[in-house]
Amino acid sequence: MKYIALLYGEPGAGPAPGTPEFMKMLGEFQSATAAMADAGILVDSSPLQPPQTATTIRVRDGETQLSDGPFAEIKEQLGGYYILDCADLDMALRYAAMIPSARYGSVEVRPVMEMGPP
Amino acid sequence: MARLAGDLSLAEDCAQEACAAAVEQWPRDGLPANPGGWVVAVARRRALDHLRRESARSGKERGAVQEWAAAEPDGSAVAGDDQLALLFACCHPALDPAVRVTLTLRVVCGLPTASIARLLLLSEPAVAQRIVRAKRKMRDAGIRLRVPDPGQRPARLASVLRAVYLTFTEGHSPHGTSAVVRDDLCEEALRLARGLHQLLPDEPEVTGLVALILLTSGRSPARADQDGSLVLLTDQDRSRWDRERLDEGRSLVEAVLARHRPGPYQLQAAIAACHADAATAADTDWRQIAALYSELLRLDPSPVIEANRAVAVAYAEGPAAGLAILDTLAASSLLARWPQLHIGRAGLLARCGRHQDAIAAYHHALALEPVSAIRQHITGQIAALGAAPAPTRET
Repeated sequence: MKYIALLYGEPGAGPAPGTPEFMKMLGEFQSATAAMADAGILVDSSPLQPPQTATTIRVRDGETQLSDGPFAEIKEQLGGYYILDCADLDMALRYAAMIPSARYGSVEVRPVMEMGPP
Repeated sequence: MARLAGDLSLAEDCAQEACAAAVEQWPRDGLPANPGGWVVAVARRRALDHLRRESARSGKERGAVQEWAAAEPDGSAVAGDDQLALLFACCHPALDPAVRVTLTLRVVCGLPTASIARLLLLSEPAVAQRIVRAKRKMRDAGIRLRVPDPGQRPARLASVLRAVYLTFTEGHSPHGTSAVVRDDLCEEALRLARGLHQLLPDEPEVTGLVALILLTSGRSPARADQDGSLVLLTDQDRSRWDRERLDEGRSLVEAVLARHRPGPYQLQAAIAACHADAATAADTDWRQIAALYSELLRLDPSPVIEANRAVAVAYAEGPAAGLAILDTLAASSLLARWPQLHIGRAGLLARCGRHQDAIAAYHHALALEPVSAIRQHITGQIAALGAAPAPTRET
């Protein structure tokens, strides 16, 4: 079944860009992603641009409203995601734990709802 | 079959496929010698095929399938493991700790919702809701029914042990029944604990729990009199104790304590062993028991343990010393609604010669609606105190 791993972190929680620690963290992201790809479970994965680049859209009474930024002020920001196709939750959690965000922030693992044929 | 396939719906699908194959093949090839076994074997093969396809994604998962494939197909060898697989799934770390115990008691041990509610001090609808939500999460999040890999076992062990322990507690002092002991629950808890011990022989707390259950349930035959009324430890006919069970528990606890990795279940088992060793109530080594409770309190600082320590101190140093500890506890709101605390106070007040205070404490305990066996014991004590003239103070 498919799982999405949502990567959350407070701004500035991890190592600062340009430091050797930051480069090490990037390496850890790469090796986590490579391990998932080797296991044949990686469906998709990407970091996201920062929340300041977000635009939130609402349609109310047929009228489209746009606002700058994410829909709510939250301390932990969504920074990226992985979609994994795993045999069970244990397997998904095992791979999610390899993602460095789990150490600096948190990774929410959620099953993707399986939709039957229409 | 459900454990083999790791999920209930897959097991059902494969069993249906096997039955369909039987309908097709038996008229053609003749009835097999063991039709039931044939269906199970075919269903098993289908499930393994399915799992092999799934597991081709990961080398690690392949190992697990090979392990299952090596198991005996008649199912007898895995019957115990089925229960354990269910137990570990119910205690999955992805479930909230409180939910794990609730789910285990309902799904693995088959306790009714009402009993679980009383055991966990929750309302019945709250328990029912927890169970519904937990089952939904297990299904939708993909929590499999299987014994976890060795590396994942310790993380789940604490809640598995607690669920087994609470099952035993319910059996040893049951709610919602007039019975003093419910052997079925005690035996169920012992069976689960033994199964865990077989699986994890090097986990000291698992051994400790098996020993604790053996040493406590070994006293059960003397816990009720001929009328089915509760008999307290001090008044029990010790010749009715199950010596074989007590001896097994004692040797287990001695061996595990020698490994110097103490934990709450091992210490409670050691306390139970002190009682088992005493030929009469008067021979009980209360100083040793008080010391073990102090150690237990250090690992698990809870007011209930402090209350038990107070009773041991009362026997070791005199009732006034124990009463002082219980009075402090009764003043805190945490235990104010726990009948046993007031029963303990009443007993010590009586031994201090304060009969009226003792009767008041017993009434306080009755007002908190203890289980019926305890209620009977309390009314007996009140009658005895009311009839007896105030004795001279104990020295």
